[in-house]
Amino acid sequence: MSALTATGLRTGALPRWALPSAALGAVGLTVLLFALTGFQGTVDFIIVAAILAVAAVSITSWAVEGRRRAKDRLATSAALCFLVLTLTPLAFVIGYTIKLGLDRFNLNFLTHSMAGVGPLSSNGGVYHAIVGTLEQVLIASAMAVPLGLLVAIYVTEYASGILATAIRFLIDVMTGIPSIVAGLFVLAFWVLALGQGFSGFAGGMALAILELPIVVRSAEEMIKLVPASLREASYALGVAKWKTILRIVLPTAASGITTGIMLAVARVIGETAPVLLVVGNNDFIQPNPLKGAQASLPVFVFQGAGSSSQFDVQRAWAAALTLVLIVAILYVSARVLTRRNALDGR
Amino acid sequence: MSVVATGSDASSLRSASSKRRGDATFKAITLLAGALVFVLLGAIAVFLVVKAIPALQADKSSFWTTQIWDPDGSVHFGIAALAFGTLLTSFLALAMAVPVALGVSLYVTQYAPRRVATYLGYATDMLAAVPSVVYGLWGVFFLLPHLIGTQVFLSKYFGWIPLFADKNNLVSSYSKSVFGASVVLAIMILPIIAAISREIFRQVDPAQREAALALGATRWEMIRTAVLPPSWPGVTSAIMLGFGRALGETIAVALVIGNVYKIDWHTLIPGGHTIAANIANRFGEAGATGRSALIASGLVLFVITLAVNLAARYVIYRSGADERSAV
Repeated sequence: MSALTATGLRTGALPRWALPSAALGAVGLTVLLFALTGFQGTVDFIIVAAILAVAAVSITSWAVEGRRRAKDRLATSAALCFLVLTLTPLAFVIGYTIKLGLDRFNLNFLTHSMAGVGPLSSNGGVYHAIVGTLEQVLIASAMAVPLGLLVAIYVTEYASGILATAIRFLIDVMTGIPSIVAGLFVLAFWVLALGQGFSGFAGGMALAILELPIVVRSAEEMIKLVPASLREASYALGVAKWKTILRIVLPTAASGITTGIMLAVARVIGETAPVLLVVGNNDFIQPNPLKGAQASLPVFVFQGAGSSSQFDVQRAWAAALTLVLIVAILYVSARVLTRRNALDGR
Repeated sequence: MSVVATGSDASSLRSASSKRRGDATFKAITLLAGALVFVLLGAIAVFLVVKAIPALQADKSSFWTTQIWDPDGSVHFGIAALAFGTLLTSFLALAMAVPVALGVSLYVTQYAPRRVATYLGYATDMLAAVPSVVYGLWGVFFLLPHLIGTQVFLSKYFGWIPLFADKNNLVSSYSKSVFGASVVLAIMILPIIAAISREIFRQVDPAQREAALALGATRWEMIRTAVLPPSWPGVTSAIMLGFGRALGETIAVALVIGNVYKIDWHTLIPGGHTIAANIANRFGEAGATGRSALIASGLVLFVITLAVNLAARYVIYRSGADERSAV
């Protein structure tokens, strides 16, 4: 007992400079290690340095402060390292896309199609792909948003017991359906069974399947946030339930629901696999989504990434930048909207 | 108000009945929408099965054990190598992503100051917002070249583990391998696991945490005794959802994997393939049997991901935690 209290109370305290200098020493050791042995590479250096730094901090702490403190320091520095490890790829993906995308990204690129542009030409642009992607996403939303709202209303306002749970459960499961399976379904159903050709509309259907569960869940959350007092006030005035829902509940939740829809659109606008299977690709501007193969930004990037022509690759990076910018705009506007949303305090 | 109350009985009765009719109609419409969810999931299963049957009947070798994929030529094809590759890449991705994701969510919920935590949360969520085709493009031109050093290191010092063995000295140059695909997958599923487990950790009763700290626990001891135990069901579900996402990820993997139809444990050498990537890469050239065969493989993927997702949701529903706002 006395030993326990003694170690508990009399553990040494490290001066403030001790741990940073231990970490710094580890980095120095890494430099030495890389200079003397065959180690190389920036990424490897960072990883080895991080591991050694964590080890140095923990060992120093163990020696002076004892085992419990050392474990705590180890956990803290490991969590911090994992955070950095997560943010690094984000920075590299975004940074690299901007850097390489800017080579070809300009007004000319956004306003021209690939009509008559071969793989060995540095011209061309993504106008046709932007048109196709916007149309496909619009079609998807035209199907998924009304349907999703109705499902959300049913689940929150009408359904009770096992049916509501079952629908909620299935919607949750639907979010896990791989996008390629949605594409295969539309291929099997629309293209093969019904004999329809490739079209932007078919792509819209596949994207709608992916968008539906996201819309349902965000709308559900928002409808639940509408205060019961608003509903009760409406009922007290003799307004029918359905009118209450349409005139009171939905307008109150409108900005939150819009945010959810925008995030859902941002999620599906970059989906490549389903579009690849049922829309195909096209070098020309194809404004009619009901007739024939159509271009889209994700497929444009995919084709370019697999091409052996450096010009295709450059165009793919610029198209990827375009896609990332569209997604970013959707996210930022959704955030701005959330901030204005009176219901959502988070 | 009194005017309404003393209004004619007939009109108030009529309005009451029209009110009821309006309600009934609206309820029926929403019910129909709800029912459509059942129909849709059922239709996906039915149409995939119907369109997969022709290829399964035409297949001259066993669909489950064959490793090659040639449905339009010799009509020998099977899913063995693809299913193996799908599971291998997904498990490796999990092995890399899970510790990092949990570390990040612990940091964000338990260590970081509240203001910073919000922004760190946004930043990890941004990883999920990047379209998968952009990850694929980045993987091909940035990540794979930069992974060569790591692969050489792994094969040199950990080559005694079969996963990292490199007998023919193949890893020292640019190659599309299972390892590269797994790293890309790990980056892609990390934000999903992190977002869900973040919500789970946040739901831990603050009183429990404060009690642990008040008893003299260090922060790590507090996490181990008060935060982690009640979070395990939710974290398990998060990991399974991430696994489901990895299984079905298509485009990024299609760009960075080796397109080799062979069951091979060696992850560093050029090779590997997955069900989803195979569909994306072979669809363009596929004939009638080829498309049907790809649908058959997609059906297998659908069943596996459905099972994983059902299990994940079951775990979370039973535990009563609410992770829904996260995904």
